Amino acid sequence: MIQIQNVSKWYGNFQVLTDCSTHIAKGEVVVVCGPSGSGKSTLIKCVNGLEPVQQGKIIVNGTQVNDPATDLPKLRSHVGMVFQHFELFPHMSIIQNLAIGQTKVLGRSADEAHERGMKLLDRVGIKMHANKFPGELSGGQQQRVAIARALSMDPICMLFDEPTSALDPEMISEVLDVMVDLANEGMTMMVVTHEMGFARKVAHRVVFMDHGQIVEDAPKEDFFGKPHSDRAQQFLSKILNH
Amino acid sequence: MALNYKWNWGVFFETIPSGDVTYLTWILHGLGWTVAISLCAWVIALALGSIIGTLRTVPHRGIALIGHAWVEFFRNVPILLQLFIWFFVVPELLPRDLSMWVKQDMPAKEFITAVLALGLFTSARVAEQVRAGIQSLSRGQRSAGLALGFTQAQTYRYVLLPMAFRIIIPPLTSEFMNAFKNSGVAYAVGVWELVFVSRQMVEETGGQVIESLIVPTVLYIICSYAANLLMSVIERRSHVPGFIVAK
Amino acid sequence: MFNNFDFSVILPSLPYIWEGLMFSFRLTVTAMLGGIIIGTLLALARLSGGKTLGFAAKTYVDLMRSVPLLMMILWFFLLAPFFIKITPETSALITFTLFQAAFYSEIMRAGIQSIPRGQINASFAIGMTYWQTMGYVILPQAFRNMIPVLLTQTFILFQDTSLVYAIGATDLLKAADNTGKLYGRTVEMLIFVSLIYFVICFSLSMFVKYMNKRIAIIR
Repeated sequence: MIQIQNVSKWYGNFQVLTDCSTHIAKGEVVVVCGPSGSGKSTLIKCVNGLEPVQQGKIIVNGTQVNDPATDLPKLRSHVGMVFQHFELFPHMSIIQNLAIGQTKVLGRSADEAHERGMKLLDRVGIKMHANKFPGELSGGQQQRVAIARALSMDPICMLFDEPTSALDPEMISEVLDVMVDLANEGMTMMVVTHEMGFARKVAHRVVFMDHGQIVEDAPKEDFFGKPHSDRAQQFLSKILNH
Repeated sequence: MALNYKWNWGVFFETIPSGDVTYLTWILHGLGWTVAISLCAWVIALALGSIIGTLRTVPHRGIALIGHAWVEFFRNVPILLQLFIWFFVVPELLPRDLSMWVKQDMPAKEFITAVLALGLFTSARVAEQVRAGIQSLSRGQRSAGLALGFTQAQTYRYVLLPMAFRIIIPPLTSEFMNAFKNSGVAYAVGVWELVFVSRQMVEETGGQVIESLIVPTVLYIICSYAANLLMSVIERRSHVPGFIVAK
Repeated sequence: MFNNFDFSVILPSLPYIWEGLMFSFRLTVTAMLGGIIIGTLLALARLSGGKTLGFAAKTYVDLMRSVPLLMMILWFFLLAPFFIKITPETSALITFTLFQAAFYSEIMRAGIQSIPRGQINASFAIGMTYWQTMGYVILPQAFRNMIPVLLTQTFILFQDTSLVYAIGATDLLKAADNTGKLYGRTVEMLIFVSLIYFVICFSLSMFVKYMNKRIAIIR
C-alpha cells in the first residue's frame, strides 16, 4: 500500500532524512517511534506529499507521490491524516468540518455529506456536539473529530502524526480507543507515536528512527523482545521506565 | 504614452517665471519645507503623544479620561480639516488684539499653523501606540516595580517605559512615515512644500505633468526609505536579548 | 466668543452638504471593497512563492506606501486627461481603490501569515487544491481575524477622502468649503463639517472597539 524507497531530504544544507526505506502492506499497522528531532514527523508528511523529498521514491497505492505529474489533491483525498494539533478549521462547526472535504473535494451532495458526517461523529462519540465549534471542545474530543474528518473521505489508509502528544494525559485513552477500533477493523495505518502501549496492542511492525535514519524495522514481538540497536534499547528503557 | 504629450526634461534647468532660480532649486526648497514641517511636527507629536499615552494607563480615572478625550478629539477629524480649523477658525476665537496680530503680523504663520496641526493630529496616534505598548507588557512588570519600592512614576521611568518604547519602535516608525506623508496637506494653506511646488510647476510649465510630479515623488520615496533605514538601525541598537519584538 | 458667528447658513446648505457626504461615503465604500479584493490578490501573489509575480506585487505595494496619497491623487488626475475624459470624482474613485489596495494587501498578508501552517497541511491532507484551501479555510479565517484592522484602515480611508479637495471633487469637506465661500461664512461651515466628521469617525472607532472585543471572545 505504502512504499518508501531510499528517501533522503534536506532543509537547505541540513539533512533531515537519510536513505529511508520501509513499506506498509494493506491492512498493516506500523508504528514509527524515535526521539524528538529524529525525522519521524517529517517522514510521515512526505507520504502524502505535504513535504517534498529530494531523493528516492514514495509510492502510495501504485501512485508515485513525488512525481511532478501526480495529482496530489486527488491522492491526498483518499489518504487520511491526523495531526498533532488537530487542525480542525476553527471557523466551521464540527459537522461543517466533516462535510467540507466531502462536498468540495469528493463532490458529494450536502445531505449525503451531512449524513455520513453524523454517522462518523456517532462512531467517535461526538454526535451531540455536531453543531458546536472546535474551540468549545476538549483536546481529546477535537482529536476524535479530526479522526472522523479523515474517515469522512473514505480513506484507503490513515496517517497519524503524534496524535496524542498535544493531549492532557486523561484524554489520551479516548483517542487511542478510537484508533484501536480502527486497527481492529483492518485499516491500513502508519502511526508516529510514543504510545508504546498502543504499539504493543495493535501494531504489526515497529519502525525506530534516529537522526533521520531508520535504525530498526522489525515485527512488534522482535522489537519489544530484543531490539538489535543500542539506540533503540536506550530509547525503550527511557520511555518504558516511568 | 499618449500622442499629445510633449516631453521636456530640460524644464528643470529653466528659471521660474517669478524669479531667478531654476525649477530644480525650487523643488529642493520644497523638499526643505517638507522635511522641516515633518520633523517639527514629529517633535511635538512624540513629546505630547508620550505624555498622553502614558497618562491613559495611569491607575487614576480622571487623568486617564483626560488622555482619552485628547486622543478622541484629535484623531476623529481629517488632518486637512484640522489644518483649516487652526488656520481659519482658531484666530476668530482669540481675544481681539491677539486675533488681529495673528491674522496680520504673525511671522511664518502658514508654517507654524501647519506644524501645530500636524503635530497635534499625530500626537493622538502616537499616544495610542504608547498606550498599547505599555499595556502589552505583562501586569507582573508593574507589580514587580512597585514591590521593589518604586513609586508609580519610578515604575514608569525605570520599568514600563523603557520596554514599551522598544516594543513600539516599528509602529512609531510608520506613524512618522504617516506624518511625513501627511505634511503634504500644508500646501492648502500656502506653505511652499513639495506638493505645492509640484502643483505650481504643472501650471507654470504649461502642463509638463510627468516632469513636475516625478522628482517630488522620487524625493518622497527616498526620504521614506532613509527614515525606514534609520529606524531599523535604532531598533537593532536598542534590541533586548531574548525578547522577540513584534515585526 | 461666537458673537460674530452666524450659524443660520447651515440650514440652506444642508442639501449640498448631504450630496458631498454621500460622495465621501461612496468613495470610502468603493475604495474599501475594491481595495480589499485587489489587496487580497496582491497578498496571495506575494505569498505564492512565484519570483516575478511576488516581486511585482511587492514593488507595487512598497511604491504606494511610500508616496503620499495626495501625490497619487495629483498624478492620476493630471495624467488621465491625456488618455480619457474623466471627472475629478471618477478619478478619485480609481486612485483611491488602487492606492488603498496596497494597504489592505499588507493587512491581508499579515492575516494569512497568522494562520498556523498546520491549517494548510490539514486542508491539503483532505485533498483540497491550493485555491480551495485559500477560499474555504485560510482566507475566511484571515479575514475574520483581521476585521478590526481592516476597519481601522477604513477609518483612515474615510478621513483621507477629504484630500480630494486638491482636485476639486465635491466631497463633504469641499461641499462645506464651497457653501462657506458662497455665503461668506467659511468659519461656521468648517466648524459644522468638523462636527459631522467627528460624529462619524467617533462612531466608527467605537464600532472597531466593539468588534475587537467580540473577536477576542470568539478566539
